[in-house]
Amino acid sequence: MTALAVLIRRDIRIALRVGGGALIGVLFFLTVTVLMPFALGPDLALLTRLGPSILWLGALLASLLTLDRLFTSDHEDGSLDLIVMGRTPLELACAAKALAHWLAAGLPLIIATPVLGLMLNLDATATSAVALTLLVGTPALTFIGMIGAALAVTLHRGGLLLAVLVLPLSIPVLIFGVAASQAAISGPLPFGTPFSILCAISLVSFVIGPFAAAASLRHGLD
Amino acid sequence: MRLTGRQIDCVRGGRAVFSGLDFEAASSQALAVIGPNGSGKTSLLRLIAGLLVPAGGSVALEGGADELTLPEQAHYLGHRDALKPALSVLENLSFWRDFLGGDASDPNESLAKVGLAHATHLPAAYLSAGQRRRLSIARLLAVRRPVWLLDEPTSALDAAGQDLFAGLMRDHLARGGIIVAATHAPLGIEADELRMGGGK
Repeated sequence: MTALAVLIRRDIRIALRVGGGALIGVLFFLTVTVLMPFALGPDLALLTRLGPSILWLGALLASLLTLDRLFTSDHEDGSLDLIVMGRTPLELACAAKALAHWLAAGLPLIIATPVLGLMLNLDATATSAVALTLLVGTPALTFIGMIGAALAVTLHRGGLLLAVLVLPLSIPVLIFGVAASQAAISGPLPFGTPFSILCAISLVSFVIGPFAAAASLRHGLD
Repeated sequence: MRLTGRQIDCVRGGRAVFSGLDFEAASSQALAVIGPNGSGKTSLLRLIAGLLVPAGGSVALEGGADELTLPEQAHYLGHRDALKPALSVLENLSFWRDFLGGDASDPNESLAKVGLAHATHLPAAYLSAGQRRRLSIARLLAVRRPVWLLDEPTSALDAAGQDLFAGLMRDHLARGGIIVAATHAPLGIEADELRMGGGK
């Protein structure tokens, strides 16, 4: 158990230090969201209607942007070899790394959401609905993305391959995340229906992600 | 304790690196793996460490802890140092000590043994190549494991560092450990030779 705790602590510490890049995601999220009102024009009603979708899209792309850091640096400096050799099951180590990544790169997106909601003319209910769905949905993005990150490491292809692999798998999260936010704001669907499916997707990703990533790392190391 | 490899075949990228390789190392014995570049020294070490899957044959450790696999009882010191530049020397070592688990000792003591006691709070980014190597070697001391797999362990070390490391290897052998080292330079300890390849 301590091995996982120290792994999480180390990854968060590295992410938060200079050059760690935890805040790159938030900056990207901020940029996308701030640019939207300029692109769409000062139509407050339109912004309110599109707000949840814009926030979700921004958060999705921001979390994808930082995902390739999940395994590449450990692979390049040889740490991954030692993690694979360790007494901690690789699946658990992968889950711990994903959790650390979400805490350092995903959680700040949710914290930034209320501020960005103001710029999109969202009221308190809408903002909290988006923040709540992001809180449930972004871990799924990280855990699904982890599979792509592990494959990208073992195939020696970075960035673009990761996006191509992960984006299709993220679409259900996006659909139900936005649907739940919209349901909370304007109905007519009850909030609980899409939100439960979003929760289910997250839970499934917690199980499948670590196993798939660990299998990919195990078979792909050379 | 006895580390044995029987009829190991290694295929990488569709090319046979070596085949039918046998080796054996008992407690307190060091095995120096020598051979030209590309003869499969690193591949052999990674096979023993469980990081590569052999195409045929098997590697086994007899007389170790029953509930642990061979990789879990081995230290692998590769070309890459497994250090994070953003973390300090002590943080790097403490992480591996806690993550690897098992029979661990005080990281400060291990750092003193490899001559890095003065640099514990320095970020690893500022270390020289030789100091990085010393820090990796400190990992072998911070957690006790019976099998050491060393890939060019003395590269980047100065003469004093090589002597120091030879002393540490002798201590490890004296405690009944096993060393398998791929090397071009003399290790500075008594070791049996395992010759690899030869222009195949």
